[in-house]
Amino acid sequence: MSPRTARPRKPVRPRLRRLPLNIAAAVTVAVCLFPVYWMIATAFKPSKDIRSADPQLFPHTWTLDHFRRAVEADGFALFWRNSILVTLGAVLLALLVALGAAFAVARMRWKGRRQFMLMIFIAQMAPWESLIIPVYIISRDTDMLDRLPTLTLIYFMITLPFTVVVLRGFIGTIPPELEEAAQVDGCTRTGAFRRVAMPLLAPGLMATSLFGFITAWNEFAYANFLIIKQQDNRTLPVWLSSFQNTFGTDWGATMAASTLFALPALVIFLLLQRHVTSGFAAGAVKG
Amino acid sequence: MPVVDQRSAPPAPRRRPAPRPAGRKAPSPRGRVHGLWPYALIAPAVGGMLYLLVYPLVRAVLISFQDFRLRQLIAGEAEFVGLRNYRTLLSDPRFWEVVRRTFLFMAVNVVLIMVIATLVALMVERLGRIGRTVVLCSLVLAWAMPVVAATTVFQWLFHSEFGIVNRSLTSLGLDSFDRYPWFANGTAVFAILVTLIVWQSVPFAAITLYSALTTVPLELYESARLDGAGAGRVFRSVTFPMLRPIFLLVISLEVIWTFKAFVQIWVMTRGGPGDATTILPVYAVQTALSGQRYDLGSAASMVTVVLMSGVLVLYFRQMLRQEDETR
Repeated sequence: MSPRTARPRKPVRPRLRRLPLNIAAAVTVAVCLFPVYWMIATAFKPSKDIRSADPQLFPHTWTLDHFRRAVEADGFALFWRNSILVTLGAVLLALLVALGAAFAVARMRWKGRRQFMLMIFIAQMAPWESLIIPVYIISRDTDMLDRLPTLTLIYFMITLPFTVVVLRGFIGTIPPELEEAAQVDGCTRTGAFRRVAMPLLAPGLMATSLFGFITAWNEFAYANFLIIKQQDNRTLPVWLSSFQNTFGTDWGATMAASTLFALPALVIFLLLQRHVTSGFAAGAVKG
Repeated sequence: MPVVDQRSAPPAPRRRPAPRPAGRKAPSPRGRVHGLWPYALIAPAVGGMLYLLVYPLVRAVLISFQDFRLRQLIAGEAEFVGLRNYRTLLSDPRFWEVVRRTFLFMAVNVVLIMVIATLVALMVERLGRIGRTVVLCSLVLAWAMPVVAATTVFQWLFHSEFGIVNRSLTSLGLDSFDRYPWFANGTAVFAILVTLIVWQSVPFAAITLYSALTTVPLELYESARLDGAGAGRVFRSVTFPMLRPIFLLVISLEVIWTFKAFVQIWVMTRGGPGDATTILPVYAVQTALSGQRYDLGSAASMVTVVLMSGVLVLYFRQMLRQEDETR
């Protein structure tokens, strides 16, 4: 934890002096949570309450109608399946490739190691928004348009640099002596890595892949422009963005769909809260 | 430093570890020579980067120098036309309007994000244990909200008829907001987009700055206070200088991420109404994919990349400095 928590408490300050601070904190919490809360609240409210003249902050009656409509919408299961397939594929591929690269960077000495890391850092900042046009043209030329593997490849590349950087950090914290001891005891080099380092690395792998999962899960631009004709291959973000066209003014169903789409990300972030707030993400960004 | 080490170390004969000069700190990787193994391990990563990043980038540069429209997209065989696309682009007043708007959008966002995030970070630092946990949790939740979901929710918040914002403003007596059509007014949409992006970006910046704050040694604050410095002075002379590196990193990240606002803009307005929310990446995609002028779109993208790389250089200088410190 942060060194801050171990600090001896300051002498009791007058309550009044802490008041502005607490008010500011309350405002921050309210501003952060309100949109999320309002999404969930609207999703559970009956349509007539959503349209009523005085909006209630808390739904009086709860209903699952909107969720039912969202789930029964055309292709709902299909888009979930697509999103999960693409995301899992990308994350697993990135994990596999990054594990090798991170191991080479953290544990081996070779010419070009620094250059390789520089490349990774640059790739992390890749201007993906400016590459939509060439990627669209290349996929068209190679007949990869409208296909899910294309998205998997792109998402793999988007998450790879981050994964390498974080895994390098995690591998760096495992003392190589542990593996050397295993090797002395007769393990092969890969065996030693698998049996000794991998279990220690598991939490890091978990956190990293969840972050990769969220990045890929949320990606919209490429999913929107690379899947055009084959509507069955769309992913959830694109489906959600076109939801209003299909459902018109049915805001209850739209919010229910948003809730369902956001839920995995919200749950994962809360589970990883400790990692997130301990500067893990910042560490990943700055190396 | 590691680079020098590697270059000056003689190729070790057989598998014996190379002897290190006494008194020098051994670098973290072992002093063994691994032959081709490391290159085999990074090959997939390098291959991926070459095919999925470098190749598209090169292709975009090429297209920006070609005459590339729908016909060339289908039939191939695009012709090189030199700088013609760039000339067309740079002589288009609409393009300059977009550039100006991009910078305005970026400046407003980054300033708001940094100011609010710094205040939130300082506040979190001063809170008690429970308050801190609650605030951090809500920041994390806001951060976790997927972009498309957040954009949809904001559209709902600002809905002209049933949106909670209009309802609240009207009930506060501001009758002009009764059914106020936020999405029909360029400035209003711009403001909503800025609000949305600030709302989404502050958590990352605030949490990063807060974790940097926790690394500032307490003694520094105490001695500053003993010397009679007020709160503002402590921030200017102690906190800020200590945070400077992280501060610069966060600023450059936020600048770069402004271009990612493409998604929010595309989902919410597609650059409209009129051109009111068209920033460079939106302009590029509109020109290329809606107008079928792939050449002009690529040229606009390249201009974007050049503008961004200015910020990137700053970012990398900062980062390499840190990288050297940690090695």
